[in-house]
Amino acid sequence: MSDDDKTRADRRTILKFAGLGMGAAAMPLAAQQTDPIPQPGAAPVPAPPAPPSGHDMAAHAAKPAQSAGDAPRLGYIFLDAEEAAFVEAFVDTIIPADEYSPKGSELGVATFVDRQLYSAWGQGRNMYLQGPFQEGTPEQGYQMSLAPADMVRLGIADLNAWARKTYADNSFDTVTDAQRVEIVTALEANKITLDAVPTPLFFNMLYQLTTDGFFADPLHGGNRGKASWTMLGYPGVGEMFADKIAEWRGKPFRVDDPQSILDLS
Amino acid sequence: MPTKLPPVDVVIVGSGWTGGIVAKELASTGLKILMLERGKFQDTNPDFIAPQSHDALKYSRRLDLAQDLSKETITFRNDRGQTALPMRQYGFFIPGSGVGGSGAHWSGLTWRWGEWEHRMLSGTVEKYGRSLIPEDMTIQDWPISYKDIEPYYDRFEKVCGVSGKAGNLRGKIQAGGNPFEARRQNEFPLPPMTPTQSMTMFEGATKKLGYHPFPIPASNCSTDYVNPDGVALGACHYCGHCTNYGCEANAKASPHFTMIPLARANTGFELRTNAMVLKVNLDSTGKKATGVTYADARGREFEQPADLVIVSAFVMGNVQLMLHSGIGKPYDPQTGEGVVGRNYAYQSLGGARVEVPRDVFMNPFMGAGALGMWIDDFASNNFDFAKAGYIGGAGISAGQNSGDPLTYRPTTPGSPRWGAGWKKGMVEAYQHTMSVGFQGAVMSYRQNYMDLDPTYRDHWGRPLLRLTFDWQSNEQKVMAATFAHCQRIAGEISGKAPATATPGRAMAGRRFNSVPYQTSHNTGGAVFGDDPRTSAVNKYMQSWDVPNVFVLGASALPQNAARNPTGPVGALAFWAADAIREKYLKRPGRLV
Repeated sequence: MSDDDKTRADRRTILKFAGLGMGAAAMPLAAQQTDPIPQPGAAPVPAPPAPPSGHDMAAHAAKPAQSAGDAPRLGYIFLDAEEAAFVEAFVDTIIPADEYSPKGSELGVATFVDRQLYSAWGQGRNMYLQGPFQEGTPEQGYQMSLAPADMVRLGIADLNAWARKTYADNSFDTVTDAQRVEIVTALEANKITLDAVPTPLFFNMLYQLTTDGFFADPLHGGNRGKASWTMLGYPGVGEMFADKIAEWRGKPFRVDDPQSILDLS
Repeated sequence: MPTKLPPVDVVIVGSGWTGGIVAKELASTGLKILMLERGKFQDTNPDFIAPQSHDALKYSRRLDLAQDLSKETITFRNDRGQTALPMRQYGFFIPGSGVGGSGAHWSGLTWRWGEWEHRMLSGTVEKYGRSLIPEDMTIQDWPISYKDIEPYYDRFEKVCGVSGKAGNLRGKIQAGGNPFEARRQNEFPLPPMTPTQSMTMFEGATKKLGYHPFPIPASNCSTDYVNPDGVALGACHYCGHCTNYGCEANAKASPHFTMIPLARANTGFELRTNAMVLKVNLDSTGKKATGVTYADARGREFEQPADLVIVSAFVMGNVQLMLHSGIGKPYDPQTGEGVVGRNYAYQSLGGARVEVPRDVFMNPFMGAGALGMWIDDFASNNFDFAKAGYIGGAGISAGQNSGDPLTYRPTTPGSPRWGAGWKKGMVEAYQHTMSVGFQGAVMSYRQNYMDLDPTYRDHWGRPLLRLTFDWQSNEQKVMAATFAHCQRIAGEISGKAPATATPGRAMAGRRFNSVPYQTSHNTGGAVFGDDPRTSAVNKYMQSWDVPNVFVLGASALPQNAARNPTGPVGALAFWAADAIREKYLKRPGRLV
């Protein structure tokens, strides 16, 4: 067992004993903020844009943007300890730490998933969930009676049961990184059969939630420090480009710190 | 038992473009007008104020301005042999709700349709004979000509502050505009929007190939503007939050600030929100409407008497309300008889993704809903149908709408969907990708229609509307041919074959898939015409059977063009409002 694996196993034990969804609180929050990625073949990154004009909301930015290390500690609302450990492991597999960004759980992506599942949307508030239920054709789309939160909960239990059978009583969060990649690869390819939820539905739901948590405004709990926006060079939601669109046509427009809704409100 | 309310002169169902236009146009009559909107009240301030209005998760993913599907949706099937099943979550179109309707969250592409598109049947037969028209194709001419509607297109453009460049000004072809455009009396009210890098590359490539690029007519104002009604529209910020969002600058024209406040100038006007109209009530003869029944937020039902009923509840809502109320004969696909639900049509989309050189930066976040360049060389009847072997064609364009990475994050070809390689692929592609897309016309067919579902019900116990639709071979040919044109243009831009491409959802052998979002451009179901056997409403959008009911919106269009329908929908609403004010109110009864 590598050190990493040992840490993970220990953490899971702690979670089990505590019986509390404290996954995020137990995690060291991202200390390292990656520098903006220089674009290959790009002209030097330009200086920050000129002072904001009339309708530029950057003018309203009163306080400095949060860095990842400033993020508040948030507990889980919907996910229980085992589910939280699963989701953290899953988002770290989809979004590993590398030169481009910290890993998913350090960016609050698991917190984001938790909040979305607990939200009205997660509970199926906007879905038509009246019966009768029947499968239909692929062109007719989703026909199950499950809200997103139900689907994720059932799918996690199923996949963990499968993992325990396949990986010597290890659940998804206690197998090695390489084994997780193996499992997610098989899951994506629909090579694992789950009991309650069709595999593609479960994978796509969790995948969508994870990527949404990586890219959505930090307002929603993920994308801490606007890491994904910095990674891509997306300037955030505060920029107005009416006076910049012609000037920067074809040239790399970048800002040092993208603006999120949180920065501007 | 519903509570009976004091009568009004006019009740308007829905507060989108068409309802808004009629409400505003009738304000000067001083009549007592009640507008019923199923959704919530909303106005630019405070509902669409930045930065909250730029929340991509809330508006683009969770579709906060859309209809509540838990209460009402449609059922769908590809053909009559299948059991239709409910659209349980948002699918191929996004129905708007709340004040302004879909007009609050649209992108702003504001077309006039071409002359041929107002007479697709006779225009095609005159030039090519009947042989191009399959037996099951039920296209028909508009009951009015382009010339009749031209002044109303002009009015709608001026209301919206459409930014663009005329291509055919009083018969003279204009440089920089669309040379295929139908003759127009006036230039666009505002100059075109500022082009992006992707637009200039598309323009260069299509010109080189001998085509005729021009800026898309956009209801995203290129400058500050005061419309003829005295309504101030702001200049577009190019903030990239248009489609599915409300606009904080009032740069994207919407009925909630252009029409509704002017309707309110009539002290007899009332807007009642959270009011879901369940039925248009008819008297014992079935030939006269007595008002409507609606449910409020608590589910209490009210009977609202009215002398005149304007149904303006989007395509699906209009057809559903007619069917629930017994207005007009329901369409029967077996006999071909009946008119309500007949001639449903859609549009088809596809395109090619283009990798641009790494020293060219696209800044995809500098965008707007209708910001783009377009060619009409393969649309309408601007090319040889007989040679192509199909009717309709498609527009081809490159635009820049939103670069918010929640919804826009291309990857380099061959990248995995997750993990380190995925992140690298996104970082490399985000600034160096564009696409060449198409939007194809869809004809009407005997087998594509709407009726009431036998099984599934809405929140109020009414049968859901059932849609039966599939691609037909004419449309599959349009898609295949247009995709090839897109690939050629993409190749010209990048200097190499496009790396990834979507060959359109309508390629041969593929059925229409209702799952992914495609476009909200539904048309038909209550089409207008001169013959009561093939149209539900006359040329003024007045029900043939119940003359004190007018049904407005894209439900009137007998088939779909390769262009967004909001321009025709707005123009026809002004046309109908004129007829109601100048003709109907003076002498209530059948106008035709």
